[in-house]
Amino acid sequence: MIVKQLSAFIENKAGRLAELAETLAANDVDVSALSLADSADYGVARMIVSDPEKAAKVLRESGVICKITSVLAVAMEDTPGGFAKVLHLLKNQSHEIKYMYACISRHEGKALMIVSVENVDAAEALIAGTSAGNVHPGDIYRL
Amino acid sequence: MAMLNEREETLSREELERLQSERLVWQVKRTYERVECFRKRMDEAGLTPDDIHGIEDLHKLPFSYKKDLRDYYPYGLFAEPLKNIVRVHASSGTTGKRIVVGYTKNDLDLWADCFARMLTAIGATDEDVVQVSYGYGLFTGGLGAHDGATRIGATVIPMSSGNTPLQIQNMIDFGATILCCTPSYALYIGEEIERAGLKDQLKLKAGIFGAEPWTENMRREIEEKLGIKAYDIYGLSEILGPGVGCECEYQEGMHVWEDHFIPEIIDPDTCEVLPKGATGELVFTTITKEGFPAIRYRTRDICSLDYTPCKCGRTHVRMRKPTGRSDDMLIIRGVNVFPSQVEEVLLSIGGGEITPNYFITVDRVDNNDTFDLDVEMSEAFFADDVKSIAAVERTIAEKLRSALGLGVKVHLVNPKSIARSEGKAKRVLDKRKLS
Ligand SMILES: [Zn+2]
Repeated sequence: MIVKQLSAFIENKAGRLAELAETLAANDVDVSALSLADSADYGVARMIVSDPEKAAKVLRESGVICKITSVLAVAMEDTPGGFAKVLHLLKNQSHEIKYMYACISRHEGKALMIVSVENVDAAEALIAGTSAGNVHPGDIYRL
Repeated sequence: MAMLNEREETLSREELERLQSERLVWQVKRTYERVECFRKRMDEAGLTPDDIHGIEDLHKLPFSYKKDLRDYYPYGLFAEPLKNIVRVHASSGTTGKRIVVGYTKNDLDLWADCFARMLTAIGATDEDVVQVSYGYGLFTGGLGAHDGATRIGATVIPMSSGNTPLQIQNMIDFGATILCCTPSYALYIGEEIERAGLKDQLKLKAGIFGAEPWTENMRREIEEKLGIKAYDIYGLSEILGPGVGCECEYQEGMHVWEDHFIPEIIDPDTCEVLPKGATGELVFTTITKEGFPAIRYRTRDICSLDYTPCKCGRTHVRMRKPTGRSDDMLIIRGVNVFPSQVEEVLLSIGGGEITPNYFITVDRVDNNDTFDLDVEMSEAFFADDVKSIAAVERTIAEKLRSALGLGVKVHLVNPKSIARSEGKAKRVLDKRKLS
């Protein structure tokens, strides 16, 4: 499934990430995945949240630069090599994976991966019919 | 639109020059008799007041400088005894040593007129409510705007600067229609209003902003955030205060009130007067001011003068917005750098969509100059991966290198982490001067 990812610019100063998390918590936004990419001077926090539009709005109001982009949420099979199959499938259709990270589903017992590719629509079409495509809005968002 | 002093504001070039000549001769004579610094320089140049017959002789006169105000501090350059001086204004200047200027009753009158001409030009009348958010006190901004607004009979809210929540509260409660403050403070107030969602409660229609350099981009941003027309005003206390140069309703340069001031553009290196229209250092002679006369005062502001007729019908020359200062120049690793050049590069990268907020830090480490530039991150620069942010930093650094011929370390920082001052925007820290 294509999901909305919220990314925020974080200056690498102590406490910035905590401030951001507090702002989201104070506005009743759940974070179900977070991945931090950083250099020496700054970082980018990428998040899967229960309400991306609201999260972006409250962060912007608190002075944080952020952006919403589309990424792929892929269901993890519990059979060995299940995720490797998904990666192969994408790679064979020359989808370069920019980055990926694990995400918890709002439903117990289901594991998800967040995958970022250039052409997210085409990648989604590839996996939609497979078991990896077994992701539903209720797994990600608070509905 | 209406004019305050229609006859003076529409004098033909010939009439203006006749008036300027008459007043220049008067000013040179009395300044020579009363001000030692000027007399000495005239004597050194082998000149007497009798050699000055009119504006055709202006170029012969010696220059005066900011340094003179420090050397003759406090009252050495005044041309009237203290009993005729009714007010002083002072500033600390960038080097820390104070300067002071004095005004007679007539000087305050002509100052109020100069500012009031602008208010009238932008459509203000006695029906308007003018919120003055320039600092009141020794700085000329507050009282200059105050007296100008009083002259046209407007209702003045004497706010002074600072306490932004109260500024906004008063603006709404008292129905301010015109705001006077520094452009960086106007932008700050605009951001706060936007954040609080109060724009639709404002009655503001125009703002007069000056006392620091600002860009056309900032103008658009202020106009958008406050829902007003933003007008530019020029002035410096050594000449008068705000009101020396004023935009009219057409916003195509600032009319210099030539019945009070004669502007010249010179080459700052050779000191030669440049032909009409050329860009160079702006020099002023005050021909009516009594308390503190300035003869050929070097402003250090770089700009040009436009003598073509203005659509508004005023005949007074228009100065373009100064693009830099001949003494703002930083010398980094032997290369001349103007902060305005840095600003231009940043504007070109943002696609003209955003006003980049930046801060330059220069230092010397192991006998090498360091040049660091903090730039506030904006959504236009931001992507969801570190690589593309690094690419933005690289693009800025590369464009600066080709514009300045100098390497710079760029740091993207959080929005609003660079201080927005409530007075003049400070954009440079040269630590080399401190040690
Ligand atoms: Zn005009």
